[in-house]
Amino acid sequence: MAKVRGAIVVDIEKCKGCGVCVPACPQDVIQLAKEVNGKGYHYAYMHLPEECTGCTNCAVVCPDGVITVYRVKAETV
Amino acid sequence: MGELRLMKGNEAFAEACIRAGVDAYFGYPITPQSEVIEYLMAAKPYETTGMVVLQAESEIASINMCYGAAGAGFLPATSSSSPGISLKMEGISYMAGAELPLIILNVVRGGPGLGDIQPAQSDYFQATKGGGHGDYRLYVLAPSSVQEMSDFVLIAKEIAFKYRNPVMILSDGVIGQMMEKVELFDPIPRRTIEEVEKQCPWATTGKKPNRQRNIITSLDLDPYRQEKHVLKLYEKYKRMEQEDVRYEEIQVSDAEYLLVAYGSSARICQKTVDLARVEGIKLGLLRAITLFPFPGKRIAELAKQVKGILAVEMSTGQLVEDVKLSVNCSVPVYHFGRTGGVIHTPTEVLDAVKNLLMK
Amino acid sequence: MDIKDIIKPENLVYRRTPLLTDKPLSYCPGCGHGTIHRIIMEVIEEMNIQDKTIGIAPVGCSVLAYEFMDIDMQQAAHGRATALATAIKRLLPDRFVFTYQGDGDLAAIGTAETIHACNRGENFIIFFVNNGIYGMTGGQMAPTTLPGMKASTCPFGRDTKIMGNPLKITELVAQLPGTYYVTRQAVHTPNAVRKAKKAVRNAFEYSKLNKGLCFIEFVSNCNSGWKMNAVQANKWMEENMFPFYPLGDIKVPQPEKV
Repeated sequence: MAKVRGAIVVDIEKCKGCGVCVPACPQDVIQLAKEVNGKGYHYAYMHLPEECTGCTNCAVVCPDGVITVYRVKAETV
Repeated sequence: MGELRLMKGNEAFAEACIRAGVDAYFGYPITPQSEVIEYLMAAKPYETTGMVVLQAESEIASINMCYGAAGAGFLPATSSSSPGISLKMEGISYMAGAELPLIILNVVRGGPGLGDIQPAQSDYFQATKGGGHGDYRLYVLAPSSVQEMSDFVLIAKEIAFKYRNPVMILSDGVIGQMMEKVELFDPIPRRTIEEVEKQCPWATTGKKPNRQRNIITSLDLDPYRQEKHVLKLYEKYKRMEQEDVRYEEIQVSDAEYLLVAYGSSARICQKTVDLARVEGIKLGLLRAITLFPFPGKRIAELAKQVKGILAVEMSTGQLVEDVKLSVNCSVPVYHFGRTGGVIHTPTEVLDAVKNLLMK
Repeated sequence: MDIKDIIKPENLVYRRTPLLTDKPLSYCPGCGHGTIHRIIMEVIEEMNIQDKTIGIAPVGCSVLAYEFMDIDMQQAAHGRATALATAIKRLLPDRFVFTYQGDGDLAAIGTAETIHACNRGENFIIFFVNNGIYGMTGGQMAPTTLPGMKASTCPFGRDTKIMGNPLKITELVAQLPGTYYVTRQAVHTPNAVRKAKKAVRNAFEYSKLNKGLCFIEFVSNCNSGWKMNAVQANKWMEENMFPFYPLGDIKVPQPEKV
């Protein structure tokens, strides 16, 4: 059966770590990193990358538009 | 010869705006200049030249409509009288800061505050020293006839684009309200949008793929860049002083005493010169046509030949300060003028010449 | 399947619109301004009207909106954006013109300009961002600050007996014959953003018809001014702002009678 797999790419240096994307993700994929970026923000990252479906919810609510989303139909058993 | 008409000064200005190809007029009624918008609304130029005419909800809205129009590359005009001009001053400062062309007519009335509705020249400081906030100047033209209420629109149009700076026509209730014969210039077509974009590549007409976006703003939070911008404006004002000073001399070649005046006061002074000459007094008149840039250099030259100068204006003394600065104490400079809406007579001015200059 | 096999150009489903410039947004983390900027630019991109659109930036937090939107823009004096837009739209009637204003700009100092532009039925769009506070100047009371809500100039909460009532200007302009489409949206959840974007698209489509002014209020957050984190602020907004400023269409165009 076909399973939808997704992935996000966060522009780490432009992420302000506001965390709005975290509750927006229906799969709880995203968390804020323990590390900080150049501006001192705990940037968003894929904590559970294999759960991402590429639904774009996180990118749609991201105030800084720093999330790019990819999606693919993957054949799995 | 152009078309001749008997018109009020305010009407002549309105007609000249249509004929000069002004793109838009945004105004708000106030005495003694409401004929401008009344004339435009009756003439309906939006049906002929496409000129936009709109009565705004306030002077503040009207000047900001001018900002929008000018930012899109169009030439707007607005008019008001003293209290209304004060309301427009914020917008004028923004337009000077954003380097936008504009024609503003101020038909000055007595003041301060609501004052009255009679003619005065007490907005000289406001017009020439900035008026709004910040380091800026307006190019200020002072008409002294209904004819000049028409002709100066063409000068204002040229200067507004030459320097990308607002131009004020500083008139008063006399010139605005009186009727005289006017020879109207032939109509000049308004620019097409292509011509607007060519003349004003900085204008916000919609970002084309072949250029960067255009931004009209007076804001720059970086003080070093802001300083650079203000100095660039300052250079423009210096250039105005080099290239675009305007004045008229009446019987100055042999003058021993000099009047300096502008607008309707200059007309009164012209009569005073005639009266003085009959009495054998060698009186001359320098009529300032531009109040900024001020014809100070010429006044300083004339100061070498005369025994004294009288600045005549319908105020308690504003122009006189520029005259004093120009001659730098080389000759005595006095002020005479009625104010608050009272107009001095030629005889009163002659008496002042005798009592102050010739004492 | 490896992440690398997913992150390929052919699998791209969402990217930041190129109509936003590369400049990092000057807004606080989590501020709704960024999302609102983005959906407006996305609609302009989708409609392919970048070369026909002129925006007006206000005074307030979004004073620098022109730094982020890659379109021709003018920056207005405080409250006067709709006066600029009136002139631009009348001189360039085939262009799309919008103003982008906050609550102080639109509903306090610019009330007269707002109401008269709406009442004249000018054919441009007003995007009104209402976060119930003055963000730029540091969290003072706004015309839309809720009763009891704290701000730096009402530190004990807005006492309507002293400070007057919050102004529901969106309901007010909906009463005017010159407005064509009036709606209230938010951008705090993915669904809200998608709905808000549809409203933005509607506004641009309607403004082609020259039937009057389109007015979209975005109830938004100000986590800095409200002194919360972004997620808390969005929750507080749902619980407190939405009951007073309910989301949804307020005035929708009626189909033409045949």
